[in-house]
Amino acid sequence: MCSAPDQNADLPAGTDLSKESVVVGKVTSRGSPVGGAYVRLLDGTGEFTAEVVSSASGDYRFFAAPGTWTVRALSRSGNGQSEVAVGGPGLFTTEVAVA
Amino acid sequence: MSRQDALVSADWAEQNLDAPNTVFVEVDEDTTAYDGGHIPGAVKLDWKTELQDPVRRDFVDKAGFEKLLSSKGIANDDTVILYGGNNNWFAAYAYWYFKLYGHQAVKLLDGGRKKWELDGRKLDTEVPQRPATQFTAQEQDSSIRAFRDEVVNAIGTKNLVDVRSPDEFSGKLLAPAHLPQEQAQRGGHIPSALNVPWSKAANEDGTFKSDDELRKLYSEQGLDSSRPTIAYCRIGERSSHTWFALHELLGETDVKNYDGSWTEYGSLVGVPVETGDGKS
Repeated sequence: MCSAPDQNADLPAGTDLSKESVVVGKVTSRGSPVGGAYVRLLDGTGEFTAEVVSSASGDYRFFAAPGTWTVRALSRSGNGQSEVAVGGPGLFTTEVAVA
Repeated sequence: MSRQDALVSADWAEQNLDAPNTVFVEVDEDTTAYDGGHIPGAVKLDWKTELQDPVRRDFVDKAGFEKLLSSKGIANDDTVILYGGNNNWFAAYAYWYFKLYGHQAVKLLDGGRKKWELDGRKLDTEVPQRPATQFTAQEQDSSIRAFRDEVVNAIGTKNLVDVRSPDEFSGKLLAPAHLPQEQAQRGGHIPSALNVPWSKAANEDGTFKSDDELRKLYSEQGLDSSRPTIAYCRIGERSSHTWFALHELLGETDVKNYDGSWTEYGSLVGVPVETGDGKS
């Protein structure tokens, strides 16, 4: 495949979206991207799974197994979270608004 | 050991940035974090290029560690305050590593870089110039480091604590969910290991949970404190975090970190591997 569904996802070379489930998105505050936020991936029971820091453009990325996930962001502009259901391999996008 | 000996708060750190014989050291996986801004006066340590042997899979030797700390301007009578990103994973790893080489005056900044940043405390880009020292290390303290044969022999006899996420423990994933899943070894865990993810020992802001909460956590998960304990993860950094909680905060006496961890164990020929959640 030459083109990824989301050009901004910036996936590492070798990522195979026919096999891997990737959750990506932006952290935003009143519509503007929030860089430097601590983005936490929590599983269906609310248990912590992974954490990354959002890029200057507010982007984050996780490699996840199928399931229902909560993406929770902590930042100096506030905290927020959103849910994403990963049904199988592919790219899943969810924005997280903090306030 | 106790909490007061092993941890400092962000408030304490902010008030002691210029304290004599005190050196702040940032340890990261991604050392560009330091370059973009660090605690004023802190020096940088790269866990991969500076703490690992460049050829063999092992740590730098005693002479190498002495040379490294001397070049960083860290002396034997300095208290080293470690902090870093990733909820202090690599800072806890460095803490364990400093203790391994006998430097006892080392403490961890509770909450690490995350709490410091979320609190809006000052970060600086100026790189301090510290004059070189003559640091001397001790021989490695084998009472806190486990190797593979000891781990295989510990199955069913010692506490084995697998501190990875449940999906790594069960074998669904081979690495934490924020990293590419490129490893070739088998997925699963060491038979008889308890799965107590490192994150259960930490609050959302990266600080450690209270001693009471930690004690409750490990006893509820079935850790038998009358037996020796070996903690492991994928490459030994998250298990340093749990080693710190058990050995330094709770004062459990016989706790080792298995730094070979799953990237070694999961590639060994002929050893038993268990998959699933370990509860059936």
